[in-house]
Amino acid sequence: MANDLIRGRAHVYGDDINTDVIIPGKYTKTLDLEDLARHVLADLDPGFRSRMKPGDILVAGENFGCGSSREQAPLALKASGVAAVAAKYFARIFFRNAINIGLPVIEVDWGGIETGDELRLDLNAGRLENISRHTGFDAAPLPRGMLIILQAGGLASYMKIHRDYPE
Amino acid sequence: MNMGQTLVEKIISRHVGRPVEPDQIVVVPVDWAMVSDTTGPLTIKAFRAMGGERVWNPDRCVMVIDHAAPAPNSRIANLHGLMREFAAEQGCVLVEAGQGICHQVMVERGYVQPGRIVIGADSHTCTYGALGALGTGMGSTDLAGVWLTGKTWLRVPRSLRVVFRGEVRPGVQGKDLILALLARLGIAGATYRSLELDGPALVPLPLADRLTMANMAIEAGAKTGFVHSRGLSIKGLEEPLVPDRDAVYEQTLTLDASRIGPLVSRPHSPDLVCSVEEVGGRPVQYAFIGTCVNGRLEDLRAAARVLKGASVHPGTRLLIGPASRKIFLEALAEGIVETLTRAGATFLPPGCGPCVGTHNGVPGDGETVISTGNRNFVGRMGNPKASIYLASAATVAASARAGRIADPVPYWEQS
Ligand code: SF4
Repeated sequence: MANDLIRGRAHVYGDDINTDVIIPGKYTKTLDLEDLARHVLADLDPGFRSRMKPGDILVAGENFGCGSSREQAPLALKASGVAAVAAKYFARIFFRNAINIGLPVIEVDWGGIETGDELRLDLNAGRLENISRHTGFDAAPLPRGMLIILQAGGLASYMKIHRDYPE
Repeated sequence: MNMGQTLVEKIISRHVGRPVEPDQIVVVPVDWAMVSDTTGPLTIKAFRAMGGERVWNPDRCVMVIDHAAPAPNSRIANLHGLMREFAAEQGCVLVEAGQGICHQVMVERGYVQPGRIVIGADSHTCTYGALGALGTGMGSTDLAGVWLTGKTWLRVPRSLRVVFRGEVRPGVQGKDLILALLARLGIAGATYRSLELDGPALVPLPLADRLTMANMAIEAGAKTGFVHSRGLSIKGLEEPLVPDRDAVYEQTLTLDASRIGPLVSRPHSPDLVCSVEEVGGRPVQYAFIGTCVNGRLEDLRAAARVLKGASVHPGTRLLIGPASRKIFLEALAEGIVETLTRAGATFLPPGCGPCVGTHNGVPGDGETVISTGNRNFVGRMGNPKASIYLASAATVAASARAGRIADPVPYWEQS
């Protein structure tokens, strides 16, 4: 079950973080999630894996997840313990994939967040709070169907019960 | 109110049986579902997790072994095995290693037809827009949903129209035209949008160039990209799909093809486009012609035209990966394979080859690559310390000959 209230520390990145950077193509051919997690963001930020704590929140600029359709990208982030990704906006396929595998993603026009800040994300209300700096940002609400899929823990769990898409 | 419809609105409306409008979310029946060996194994896993027992229509579920084929190691060989087993169990269409790149095979086999909806677990599924089909890429779990239900959900995208006027210059290819558009739009300029490419400059273009252009719609973030079929005469296209005259576009851009010369994308993003002159002279160690963008017969012909009777520069290696076995056979019959091999090129098995950095020629540290691919992100070809430039097959061949990034036009005119 995805958690509607997420609290964690921020890891801040820039614009156009593409899926080749999130998980290089050469590491995608596996079904082992730990294998994916080991190489997450390795080319961009080799220290990410050791600094991040399960439950942390990735904060990024525009067009997060652009490039390929590999679901291994959100899977690698989730498997490494990332609780949610907040970006100014996402590339279309990444956004769907994240919801489908139960990784919360939210589009929010944030400012002034720095790596290490403590954040609180309310998916239902569509709000991102920076507890460390006493700021907050309203987010674009998820389309209803996507929220339902996310709350079920992803499309596979949803389909297992309902055998069809949310109305 | 009955408004005119763009291509994407028309196709979705026909599938749901009522007129749709941009931004609506709809559940649509799907005509074809395609997975590759990068995404297929995860799709199988997700399908099982959904409690799936039988796919909705095995004749419409295509599984292609192309991204890492033949298998470079035992782990990948076993994932291929998983796909073979699943295809046999379900009766899905299996495309074996060596037959070609998923998008080329889907087109060659005639699966892609105007007006169809094709969902592929590969971002370049937008290639099918060159035939008037709505092709769009999704992830493995979405594909598992299609396997289970024969349907998917979509947000009806808004449409952007791009008109190429003027005439395409000699030595300039579809790749240069789409790079010119990417330079205009930027890497996110068409996010969530459907692109419709049109205009008199495109009318003389063969299907190959149109497929190249539709292929790279995703490089501007588009959900799908159509190239209008005017001037094309191929089977199944007798009744091309056209947008209504009063269709509503969010924006219309115009580009003058007569002013577009050979272009190159600089590292590390496909939209960092400049003219060949701007980077001309940069030594190239590795040149690659292939991929779902530019591995077609016309591309190999262009390369042979530039390299006929000449040699690849001694400081450069040229690899060529035909996009399909059919293309390889045609290139053999035309003598292109011999011309290029004599010039010093090495042929790879039909498939994705080195495009996604898994095998078949990974660049070394500090090397400069010029490739006909569609992405040059850091690490794309398997080494984050290499620099990748993207260009047309003619420009890559000219660069392989010169040993540095070079304009193909002088070689083009000599021949
Ligand atoms: S050739 Fe490259 S871009 Fe095309 S499907 Fe294969 S890996 Fe993807």
